[in-house]
Amino acid sequence: MKKHDIVVIGGGPAGMAAAVAAYDAGCTDVVILDREPQLGGILLQCIHNGFGLHKLGQELTGPEYAAVYAHKVAQRNIPVYTETTVTGVSQDRVVTAQNRDGILKLQAKAVILAMGCRERSRGALNICGSRPAGVYSAGTAQKLVNCMGYQVGKRVVILGSGDIGLIMARRMSLEGAKVEAVCEVMPYSGGLTRNIVQCLEDFNIPLYLSTTVVQIHGDRRLEGVTVAQVDEHRQPIGKTKRFIPCDTLLLSVGLIPENELTRTAGIPIDPITNGARVDENCQTQIPGIFACGNVLQVHDLVDYVSEEAECAGLGAVKFVKGQAACKVAIATRPGNGVRYVLPQTIHTRATDVSLFLRVTQPFGKVKFTVTDGETVLATAKRLKAAPGEMEKLTIKKEQLQTAKGPITVSLEEVE
Amino acid sequence: MIYDVAIVGAGVIGGMLARELSRYDLKICLLEKENDVAMGASKANSGIIHGGYDPVPGTRKAKLNTEGVELLFAVAQALSVPCKRNGSMVCAFSKEEESVLEALHQQGKENNIPGLAVLSGDDARKLEPNLSQAVTKVLHVPNAGIISPYELTVAAVGNAMDNGVVLKRNFPVSAICRKDAAFAVTATSGETVRAKYLVNCAGGYADKVAQLAGDDFFTIIPRAGEYMLLDKAEGRRVGHTLFQCPTEEGKGILVSPTVHGNLLVGPTATKTETPDSKDTTREGLAQVEQLAAKSVPSVNFRQVITSFTGIRASEKSGDFILKASEKVPGLVHAAAIDSPGLTCCVSIARYLTALLGEQGLSLEAKESWNGTREDPCAFQKLTDEEKDAYIKRNPAYGKIVCRCETVSEGEILQAIRTNPGARDIDSVKRRTRSGMGRCQGGFCGPYVMALISRELGIPMEQVTKNGGKSYMLQGRVGEV
Repeated sequence: MKKHDIVVIGGGPAGMAAAVAAYDAGCTDVVILDREPQLGGILLQCIHNGFGLHKLGQELTGPEYAAVYAHKVAQRNIPVYTETTVTGVSQDRVVTAQNRDGILKLQAKAVILAMGCRERSRGALNICGSRPAGVYSAGTAQKLVNCMGYQVGKRVVILGSGDIGLIMARRMSLEGAKVEAVCEVMPYSGGLTRNIVQCLEDFNIPLYLSTTVVQIHGDRRLEGVTVAQVDEHRQPIGKTKRFIPCDTLLLSVGLIPENELTRTAGIPIDPITNGARVDENCQTQIPGIFACGNVLQVHDLVDYVSEEAECAGLGAVKFVKGQAACKVAIATRPGNGVRYVLPQTIHTRATDVSLFLRVTQPFGKVKFTVTDGETVLATAKRLKAAPGEMEKLTIKKEQLQTAKGPITVSLEEVE
Repeated sequence: MIYDVAIVGAGVIGGMLARELSRYDLKICLLEKENDVAMGASKANSGIIHGGYDPVPGTRKAKLNTEGVELLFAVAQALSVPCKRNGSMVCAFSKEEESVLEALHQQGKENNIPGLAVLSGDDARKLEPNLSQAVTKVLHVPNAGIISPYELTVAAVGNAMDNGVVLKRNFPVSAICRKDAAFAVTATSGETVRAKYLVNCAGGYADKVAQLAGDDFFTIIPRAGEYMLLDKAEGRRVGHTLFQCPTEEGKGILVSPTVHGNLLVGPTATKTETPDSKDTTREGLAQVEQLAAKSVPSVNFRQVITSFTGIRASEKSGDFILKASEKVPGLVHAAAIDSPGLTCCVSIARYLTALLGEQGLSLEAKESWNGTREDPCAFQKLTDEEKDAYIKRNPAYGKIVCRCETVSEGEILQAIRTNPGARDIDSVKRRTRSGMGRCQGGFCGPYVMALISRELGIPMEQVTKNGGKSYMLQGRVGEV
């Protein structure tokens, strides 16, 4: 069995940034395993721009952003196993993988999980009707159009206003398809505001809120969908049903962290984030196993993925070097108006800690408060907050040193 | 060329009959209207090997069921088809239903079903901890099992083809005429197949095929059943197949593990217009959810990965129609094969073979016959060391294509190259499980399309989901 200090599973933005950060922190025996032929992950099919504004200070396309990190990996001669699929991770950090050369077993001192996420499928929504060709998840369509050069359809309805759906509405329009509608079951969009403006409004594509697809029609290829408005309980209102002819339905109805390996390894998962429960170093509850990027929590910006991955990379180095953090953990938990808070536990008292969170629904002007039950540890104000945009709050180390009980993050709307 | 036997319909009955007849020195042709086998009721059903307590004693159904269970387990093993004897339970929720259980128990005894026992609710919950507290008694049926019905059909047809049977797909029969002691069976394309004997295994369309052949004495009443399939995370919710007592509304909703470790719940029972109306409905799925929760309240329906509708090809008499035509010599019907048709597929195939013999078909055994089939999932059962050695000889098995179900390129190529070769996305899925998992083909779909295109030598734009005009793509980028 080969031995490495750090094995990174996944060579997308998270895996690459984690490996580079670990290398630069002095752990040079790091390898990356990825199932695709080249590094980059889903970024390679995201040929639109808007990546890197926060992290790199420039606006890049997905492949360009991936190339920046792939270059860093290459510069450091970090070994990459491509077209290699990991089939198992054990709690004692043995990684089993396979590729065209055979079965690979690696013993790692630390493992970084960076497998990304997958799209929620039609089945998970239980949309009624027939099961024809032409129903795609938006990301699958994106791959077929952008990477393989095929049109998936000419007359399109998109269900879900997540970012991939919005991006694909524009992409399909640019390829000459007619996008008849984007339907969103919630009363607000789950996508970034800039995507609603640039991908729908600029192309005159209608966005129907509180509207969903209730039936799929067509024998062999999709012939149309029935859409309907929904009431406050998200139940379709019968009299609002209408038929929209189309040959393609794209689903952009949510992303699910791909944690099959994590679950099989017996690593505890947070039922809200669907990712592992971690501390401020992105360490899971199994020592030496770390998680970052979309496998930990679904991000809206790749810039934050890279940042989180660097944190995991540094955490893994500390673990390999035996620099254990304080054993006493403080739990974090979501309070009023907050859906989840990451990390779920904090061990350190020696550094500032960033909390990542999402709110439960769209709000106007809000004030976030971080408390330990007695003392206010941090506050922050925002002009608006929405579930589609992740929030980041920082607790200063001075505050952490005195923190006693569980840390709660809540919000209140302010005038 | 004149075949000895033409079989219309490559479902589990037609397929199993073709395999059974392939033992003999006969020229056999299997005609299928779709692009793959098992495209009707054989594809979408509960996948249950029924114990045999349900059919009325003395009926043909009862006899074939009792014989069929062990015959099916044996053939499934020979064909390397996944099946499992997990046992079933029929649940009673009230005194009235307990008396139904007693009647079923009695009926089962008359049908010679081994091991039947009525258990108290508490004893049943010792075996099935997630069973509802509201269950008062169960009928325990230890000989019952589960099987993958479409893999069984694929394997039966594949084995028949390995033994010389010819499969013609995309052959929807549009005319049948009989002259010079042979049938001429013509497809909509104009292609004609001639055969001395004709067996009607056309499932939902069996009445139409009978009419084309000049026989008209039964009508298929298609009844739809809606199902939901749940993620493997829910697959261990139950071990047995859990039925509810048959009531006036129907047979009740079952909750069952599948051979692949998913959880299956369903079916409803509603009359439908045609055997092709396979829509799922909001009401149907809601009913499945509500009634499944009655047996097992803890089922987590957020783990549903797909839902589907199967069509039962029933008939008013309630029994199978297995008989030679009274009007047309050489014509044999296997129609109205609804539940427990899957359980009985081998016993029916043997019954039909004997029937054809009585009609004058010469049954001379072939020495070369081989009734076994290579396990298409053999690779997945190897140890890591064996896999390593296998991949070194066959590198395609090292490349994982479907990550949810861990299916390699090698297995997909094998599915395309092995009888009856997969020709579309859904066929690959039924043979390999690629795309059957939680992402439902989101990641592997494009890769499978490319493999089909390469192997069949067709452009990507010609690759279909399930034959006909179910094209996956609509041209190249840049063509507006």
